[in-house]
Amino acid sequence: MELRTEEMLLNIGPQHPSTHGVFRVVVKVDGEKIVEATPVVGYLHRGTEKIAESLTYTQIIPYTDRLDYLSSMLNNYALVQAVEELMNIEVPERAEYLRVIVMELSRLASHFVWWGTAVLDLGATTPFIFAFRDRELILDLLNEISGARMTFNYMRVGGVKWDAPEGWLEKVRDFIPYMRKKLKEYHQLVTGNEIFLARVKNLAVYDGETAIKYGLSGPNLRGSNVKFDIRKNQPYSIYDRFEFEIPVGENGDVFDRYMVRMKEMEQSLKIIEQAVDQIPEGEIQAKLPRVLRVPEGEVYTRMETSKGELGIHLVSKGKDKPYRLHFRRPSFINLQIFSDLLVGNTMADLPAILGAIDIVLGEVDA
Amino acid sequence: MADLLTRPFSWLNLLYISLAAVIMLGIVLFFVTYAIYFERKVIGWIQIRYGPNRVGPKGLLQTVADVFKLLIKEDIIPEKADKALFRIGPMLAYLPAFAVIAVIPYSEKIQFADVNVGILYYAALSSITITGILLGGWASNNKYAIMGGMRSVAQMISYEVPLIMSFLGIVIMTGSLNLIDIVEAQKDSTWFIFPQIIGFITFLIAGNAELNRTPFDLPEAENELVAGYFVEYSGFRFAFYYLTEYVYVFAMASLMTVLFLGGWDAPFGLDFIPGIIWFILKFMLLVFYLFWVRATFPRVKTNQLMGFAWKVLIPVALFNVLLTAVLKILNVY
Repeated sequence: MELRTEEMLLNIGPQHPSTHGVFRVVVKVDGEKIVEATPVVGYLHRGTEKIAESLTYTQIIPYTDRLDYLSSMLNNYALVQAVEELMNIEVPERAEYLRVIVMELSRLASHFVWWGTAVLDLGATTPFIFAFRDRELILDLLNEISGARMTFNYMRVGGVKWDAPEGWLEKVRDFIPYMRKKLKEYHQLVTGNEIFLARVKNLAVYDGETAIKYGLSGPNLRGSNVKFDIRKNQPYSIYDRFEFEIPVGENGDVFDRYMVRMKEMEQSLKIIEQAVDQIPEGEIQAKLPRVLRVPEGEVYTRMETSKGELGIHLVSKGKDKPYRLHFRRPSFINLQIFSDLLVGNTMADLPAILGAIDIVLGEVDA
Repeated sequence: MADLLTRPFSWLNLLYISLAAVIMLGIVLFFVTYAIYFERKVIGWIQIRYGPNRVGPKGLLQTVADVFKLLIKEDIIPEKADKALFRIGPMLAYLPAFAVIAVIPYSEKIQFADVNVGILYYAALSSITITGILLGGWASNNKYAIMGGMRSVAQMISYEVPLIMSFLGIVIMTGSLNLIDIVEAQKDSTWFIFPQIIGFITFLIAGNAELNRTPFDLPEAENELVAGYFVEYSGFRFAFYYLTEYVYVFAMASLMTVLFLGGWDAPFGLDFIPGIIWFILKFMLLVFYLFWVRATFPRVKTNQLMGFAWKVLIPVALFNVLLTAVLKILNVY
């Protein structure tokens, strides 16, 4: 007798523990094996781009907080960078340094969440708690300087909203050696674990060429041995003043993407260390008119967030509101390769692969 | 206790036996309550948090509160579920879990049934639980549940083989399947963890897999399958599956204590401490080990799990059997 078997259509999400928010994948599984996968996005779509058209530039900044809500400082910067570029504003030194410090802290915080959740997706619960413990220290620091834990609304066109409170820079300086010690602990707990290695090595491999074809950026691109980081290749703000390396992977598997992010955290600490040492006294806000009228024109600026290249296409018709504002969201574009990576892998690999792409649904859906 | 079974039938004896069973159920439930509490505390310590500390002094009544919550929850049976099987599932999983405890000797005197084929009884009955789990997964009419159920069956069948093989060495050494004889043999020589170290390690790993606990908790892998085979269960039916898991922790740790750690045998001639205390100490050590592993390890994948069972554990366990047999013939033991 011949047994008739058929593939099963499985709907994962939008409510599912490992989709990191309201993300849905419809997978066709043959037993445990995934034959076909269709991601469905849009559950968190808020129309940020359209809303921005009826807001003044300062009013848009809080909206950028809510894109990639795990690293809001970076998004803040993306917007003010575009406006400053179009208006040709000279930003005071101290403000630039403060921006770099909070941006790198934000990048660290974002990578902590990634580390915790990506390893949690493999079934290990403790790293998640460790990561959130250390992230909380960063959030405390950012809270102290901006007044909010996650939605900072800290940067302004031409500078930053608040100067660093007294003793804040010392706290940041003390945080660096603590974090270096903790990073070693992270490696001890997870990186050397045989089960972890067996799960992530040679999983979801793609080469650099494929990554570029898909428009991937950030650690997803660097994991496949493409040395591209906008902070180095097209320096913005004052990143050209700091010494840091761009870690890259070799094989382009999940493990390489993991290692790239782990090494990036060390580099971020290095940047913060230099910035805290070099920061000068002075103004934190350039002199600007109360109502910002951006001259007519259009601009595309880009920056490296924790997820990849966050680009802003800003079109102005000379009013106090943008005519059109488009976000190139790295989470959304990195997600495009997801369904292709899934095919041929098992159900258990799904969270591992998704975790390695590192998406934030606020940014995917915007 | 055990001689009750051999006495001629009378209503009084039946009453005694029933009472003893109820007391044992009480002990097991007490253990499960505080094993869950202990697990949450241990994992809490490892994860730099407090664990339960609100309900009752030091949070001691947390699990009791949880159980009451489950009791008063609505009992939901999905519309399209196979209702009869859905009801039988948890019971079929739980019954053997409780039944295997009968043969475990806790000290010279405390044992419910002195069965000649004690370990065989344990191995045979514990595999019935798989049916309950598969039934639950199948009857739920849920895709996640059926995947969890299938994983569970594949896993438990694969790991039963090395589990049983790893105590074959002990059976060869003692020439008996009776658990009391095995403990007595360890009293005369040494604990079997030393001569049977390979067997102990394979048993530890296979036992962990048999219990469906991290890193082998694939049947309930929440990151892929939400909850696995019991995803549709709620209220007390869910509690039964949960209970099964923890009763097996109790049973497996007890069995390991008896087989490898000398049961109630006191080490270093510390005989003035009663045997039952020693039993509990050794038992708690093993339970702690299980919780410790759960807090620090990620989960393996299905194919890796199967590969590990058939390519590594079974050959190693087989080698151990061979080695023990050869040493036995050479009269080393």
